[in-house]
Amino acid sequence: MSDKMMAADGRPLKASLNRALRRQKLRALALIAPLLLFIVITFVMPIADMLFRSVENEIVSETLPRTTIALQEWDESSATPPGEPVFAALYTDMALATEYKTHTRLGSRLNYEMTGISSLFRKSGRGVGKFDTDVYTKAFQDSNAAYADPAQWASWMADETVRGQLPMTADAYDAWAAMLISEEGDVPAEETPWDFVFTALYLEASAGATLPVDVDVSSVEPVSLMAQFEKIDEDWADPEVWRTIKIYSPRYTNGYFLNSVDLMKGADGIEERPENEQIYITLFVRTMIMSLSIMGMCVLLGYPIAWILANLPSRTANLLMILVLLPFWTSLLVRTSAWKVLLQQEGVINDILVWIGLVADDNRLQMINNQTGTIIAMTHILLPFMILPLYSVMKTIPPSYLRAAKSLGATDWTAFWRVYFPQSVPGIGAGCILVFILSIGYYITPELVGGTKGVFISNRIAYHISSSLNWGLAAALGTILLVIVMLLYWVYDKIVGIDNVKLGG
Amino acid sequence: MKTTMKLMATSCLTLTASMAFADGHMANEMTIVSWGGAYSASQQNAYHAPYMEKTGINIINDESSSEAVAKLRAMNEAGNVTWDLVDVEAADAIRLCDEGLAVEIDADEVLAAAPDGTSATDDFGASLISDCFIPQIVFSTTFGYRTDMVPAGTEPPKGACDVFDLAKYPGKRSLNRNPIANMEWALLCDGVAYADVYDLLETEEGQARAFAKLDTIKDQTIWWTAGAETPQLLADGEIFMGSTYNGRLFSVIAEQGQPVGMAWDWQMFDLDGWVIPSGLSDDRMARVLDYVNFATDTQRLADQAKYISYGPARASSAPLVGDHATLGIPMAPHMPTDPANAENTFYNNYTWWADYRDDLDAKFQAWLSK
Repeated sequence: MSDKMMAADGRPLKASLNRALRRQKLRALALIAPLLLFIVITFVMPIADMLFRSVENEIVSETLPRTTIALQEWDESSATPPGEPVFAALYTDMALATEYKTHTRLGSRLNYEMTGISSLFRKSGRGVGKFDTDVYTKAFQDSNAAYADPAQWASWMADETVRGQLPMTADAYDAWAAMLISEEGDVPAEETPWDFVFTALYLEASAGATLPVDVDVSSVEPVSLMAQFEKIDEDWADPEVWRTIKIYSPRYTNGYFLNSVDLMKGADGIEERPENEQIYITLFVRTMIMSLSIMGMCVLLGYPIAWILANLPSRTANLLMILVLLPFWTSLLVRTSAWKVLLQQEGVINDILVWIGLVADDNRLQMINNQTGTIIAMTHILLPFMILPLYSVMKTIPPSYLRAAKSLGATDWTAFWRVYFPQSVPGIGAGCILVFILSIGYYITPELVGGTKGVFISNRIAYHISSSLNWGLAAALGTILLVIVMLLYWVYDKIVGIDNVKLGG
Repeated sequence: MKTTMKLMATSCLTLTASMAFADGHMANEMTIVSWGGAYSASQQNAYHAPYMEKTGINIINDESSSEAVAKLRAMNEAGNVTWDLVDVEAADAIRLCDEGLAVEIDADEVLAAAPDGTSATDDFGASLISDCFIPQIVFSTTFGYRTDMVPAGTEPPKGACDVFDLAKYPGKRSLNRNPIANMEWALLCDGVAYADVYDLLETEEGQARAFAKLDTIKDQTIWWTAGAETPQLLADGEIFMGSTYNGRLFSVIAEQGQPVGMAWDWQMFDLDGWVIPSGLSDDRMARVLDYVNFATDTQRLADQAKYISYGPARASSAPLVGDHATLGIPMAPHMPTDPANAENTFYNNYTWWADYRDDLDAKFQAWLSK
């Protein structure tokens, strides 16, 4: 004990020190807390939420809870549609979803997977209120007036014995009552239940359940719900529709990810998409190749410029630097449109070439609306991101090194390649990372000058975010892009080393 | 520590204040979203200005219609809808309605009847394509061509099918970079009867046939994404003919005096109109409904045609269409609905596209990138 150092207040020095350190850390944390909170709320959480959409698929089981459960019995590889119980479940689900106005949303969701489901659901929403099932309601109410009494219904449904006898009816009644309160603002005890509740009651009665007030409804001709749905649209008899619903009924799906690599979920597992629908792999590969070529072009063009900037007297260098920055301060759209004016077939460059006589008037060069156009315009736009880090790194290389190399007998090339270049590598690294990462996410420039072969994967992501509203697919494509960037970053770190990246001095 | 607390308190206060501001729409203000440019100007002149004068309500223009679908969804998910009324194309209105992002309305209850007493439902007729959609204008996607580039001795092109005739009209063309309209024209110009186009497009063979027809001009085509591109390409002499919205061609011809002619045959009719975002509070809803009733009555719709060459969506407005407000030329002959222009017209089948758009768009983009 005696070897422990004590602080002035008699506590062990170690503990005292720890306490002071901890306090300091807490204080530092408190200082950055607003920023941290800000970043978490405005940056991390939205991105995480967006990425989560790539697997989230709750809409199917939330909109059609009974149907998805009933469908578990049905074999999705079968050539016949599921039986009457599934259609009965669908009837209840659809009647409720129509009131909540969620059926069309689900329709749009499933339409991404199978064309035609969107209008199938829209039509069914309109038709589901007009089913012939009102004969059940009428039969019960005619046989005994108690069935037409809302208060009586409410008291039955509060009774555990009745609920135990009629689980399906109780479930339909509860869902109906909840819908009535939230959507119409009505009191369930003052409204007669709708046809779908009576349908459930009839189905249970004819299966032999004990009714709260015994009536004989055996004389009622049963209404086939399957036929009713088929009357709205014969697609309900198509097993393909049911297969789609069943395959996409789990709460989480890998469907969006499969879709974004040109695969799909078929009847027997994962299969390739038809050839005329394959596009994403091509776009990913193209985005990578084009971004790499843009990066390469930027290095080739940017390196000499940065070298000149770094070696000129500062007055001239500053003037030239403004020339580098000037386009940087101009609107992206203006610069892209300017390239259109220059590069198009009736544009400035072609006019000059024709005037000189290098190209024939009827054979003008095609320099825009293709990959060339995208590479030229994007190289120009991203060039400052290469020049600036290169310049700031080169600025720190003492010119005396080159002179020393030469005085020791190195040729110009050797002096550059063995002495100067290795020192400028961190600048190249930083510039390459900046340019590459920026370019794989670009979409405005490729959209405007890319034509058909110069568009990037980000153009498709933008389309799915803003036009088709298929945010799940957009999120999956975005996630893949993010993972590719991280992978490349990791590879870069392994080869060049991330410590070797310098953005400046 | 004290400073941090103060800082945090201030930032919290600012945050709450800005949130309160975003939510607490001023009682006398309304944000209306539209396409911007000449189109918003025409609405400002024909609807907003007289309404503001009449009621004293201040209307704020937001030019975000091109991204309205995604933004409305984001606002709806965040539970903070800051827009009161949104101008969208009919196809987007269907999507918004399906997604529950737009409110369903009863046309006869919300919209004014025609001056002669015809109900709104009858007056708007077939243009009421969705329960959420309040039609405003009929526009068309049609073709413009360079009059000075027509080969000597050939008659100028008349319409959509001439775009596929490379022998008669050589030169570059421009078409919209999405399947809508292009697939229909391809089949129609390949000899399919008008009534059979959509049925055939549902089948693999029909789609293949349309793509095969488009293949014949694929390498001569520039694919546009913004409506302003074709007019610019025409003005630069970059293309011989191209499709775009008829109002854009009108301004190239009548306002800029470019040597461009219109080819109306088989123009694709399309609709544009209002949707009311869901999630508005009751008083905001009441204000919007009052505005919509005013802005879509017979006179107001006819007034808009003074400023832009799009036809009013009401039948009763057509006879009231007068001269252009500044150019002084009669507007009726520039309307897609004018009998001389509407000899052969194609009606876009929105509900069909609502089903097939995702599928055909994927195929179309895959075809383009091949």
